Amino acid sequence: MTRRFGAWVVAFAALAALTAPVVAPHAIDEQFSGLLNAPPTLVRVRDDAGRWRTPFIYSWTRVSQLEQRYEEDRRATVPLVWLTAGQLVRSADEARAPLLLLGADSYGRDVFSRLLYGARISLGLSLLAAIGATIVGAIVGGLAGYIGGAVDDLLMRASDFVLVLPAMYVALALRSIMPLVLASGTIFLLLAGIFSIVGAPFITRGVRAIVRAERQLDYAAAAASLGAGHVRLLGRHLLPAARGFIVVQLTMLVPAFIVAEATLSYVGLGFPEPVASWGTMLQDAASIRALADFPWLLSPAAAMFLVVLGLNLLLQGRSHDLRYDRPL
Amino acid sequence: MLPYLLRRLVFAAFLVFAVSSASLLLIRLAPGDYAIGTLGIGASEQEREQVRARYGLDRPLAAQYWDWLTRAARLDFGRSLAYDRPVIDLVPERAANTAILALSALLLATLLGLPLGIMTGTRRGGALVGAVRAASVLLLSMPPLLTSLFLVFLAARTGWLPIGGMRSLDGAEAGGAALDLLRHMVVPVFALAMPLTAMFERLQAQAMSEVVGQPYVLATLARGVPRARVVWRDALKAALRPVASIYGIVVGTLLSGSFAVEIVTAWPGLGRLMLDALRARDVYLVAGCAAAGSVFLAAGTLLSDAALAAVDPRSRE
Repeated sequence: MTRRFGAWVVAFAALAALTAPVVAPHAIDEQFSGLLNAPPTLVRVRDDAGRWRTPFIYSWTRVSQLEQRYEEDRRATVPLVWLTAGQLVRSADEARAPLLLLGADSYGRDVFSRLLYGARISLGLSLLAAIGATIVGAIVGGLAGYIGGAVDDLLMRASDFVLVLPAMYVALALRSIMPLVLASGTIFLLLAGIFSIVGAPFITRGVRAIVRAERQLDYAAAAASLGAGHVRLLGRHLLPAARGFIVVQLTMLVPAFIVAEATLSYVGLGFPEPVASWGTMLQDAASIRALADFPWLLSPAAAMFLVVLGLNLLLQGRSHDLRYDRPL
Repeated sequence: MLPYLLRRLVFAAFLVFAVSSASLLLIRLAPGDYAIGTLGIGASEQEREQVRARYGLDRPLAAQYWDWLTRAARLDFGRSLAYDRPVIDLVPERAANTAILALSALLLATLLGLPLGIMTGTRRGGALVGAVRAASVLLLSMPPLLTSLFLVFLAARTGWLPIGGMRSLDGAEAGGAALDLLRHMVVPVFALAMPLTAMFERLQAQAMSEVVGQPYVLATLARGVPRARVVWRDALKAALRPVASIYGIVVGTLLSGSFAVEIVTAWPGLGRLMLDALRARDVYLVAGCAAAGSVFLAAGTLLSDAALAAVDPRSRE
């Protein structure tokens, strides 16, 4: 039951990321200068006269510019328009009453739209990094387990060494020795590379143990005696034996990387404005005032929690040793 | 036993040496340096050269590293470029703050997590066990970055607790400095301890439930030994290994987590200092912070080795 819930959450997040351009009502850098830190627009189905109607919204009017307080303008209802201009849903009067389902940030940008686009970056980066870490870890672990001897010793010592280090600091150090200002595409690849290196040791150890054990088995000897070379034996026969372990580890690395990206972006070492990732969005909630008065700015944190929870639930029962060897 | 501890001691020393050296070399090899950062883009190359010459940044890497290494052996870690103070004056205070935070969180997580895990691992079910387990699964999905944001949000909304920093500006309130510090510690310590507590609880529960199924536990119960005594004495002794064996890794996790917590709650610890030093390319301060952090790691791995050797004689091999 819980596993199914986890699967639903993860699938939903993936769907949201994939369909962002259609579902998100606004672009990531579209600003509503009169609506800085505006609260979420409420979608209503009943007007003040008590009549039921198709979903509509009210526009926000600013009550206090200094305190950034807003009130609903109840004089006129603004209907929602569905499936126009390639968008799932928009407000009929975008200029005056934009549809801000999760409010606006301090630049007056739509948090909901940025959350969806941010999912692409945060989830995409984490997935890519987890795959990268798996590839690096499987190669290193596979070689260590297959060759054995001094190579095994050396590789495993190095891997254990990285494992002891605080992953966040390693990522931080590796990121900050690179130029601070980079194109967002470069940062995406750079962070994926850094996370792959930091995450690889979590794969290495298990893969090595599995390859070492499998190598002793008869089928490995049979494959070798039938003329399989080292590469074929390792790649086609031994590494596939570690498949189950790798899938579990990969699922465990993704949440860790989501959080790592968020932390790096939160301290200003992640993606530049106006790119939306869940971490850069959280930066907006960094001030105490924003936290207390504009709680919708925390929605990326809530999204992060849900995705991590979903992935964790998905793992329940899959891994016997419950996540004590996670990186972050 | 002695050779084992000696071997681990050598590893710990190597850890400190390697981490601080690597950070010094990395930051020197990185593009940009302190001169560019501090003078801005408008400065001429000549002015930059002057700054570099003043701080010894113009020397070859090998010479600079050797110089730093020989001095570090005498506990002279050089001067911070940005603060213009000896690193040894800056780092220990911040490191102590991080240690207060991390040790309190570790203590809290152990004191809460282990007993809860023992309970959930040995009982067959019930509302309490279910609630603890559910809470653990939820908390495991809330890394310190999220817990600290959440707790700061709560503190800001309710006004019950200070939301950041380590001390009140107006000095100690009624109750004195210690109480003031305690009040400031609640949010960061809980933020750091919550996910860790969940991890300990799950781990201990698993270890307990495996041990409880062993024949010797049944045999002891059959001899009429009270249940509480069997659980807390006989079974617990055998089930301590998993938690003891991860204490070494936990120190790394704690430092990673405390970085996020320190940034969010403005706790003046090593994390913030390290971040600023890295961004300013403050070479010696980076190395100093890394040295302090690696001392924590080394101490952590040593402690964990000793704990493991105490609960499981096999690990001394």
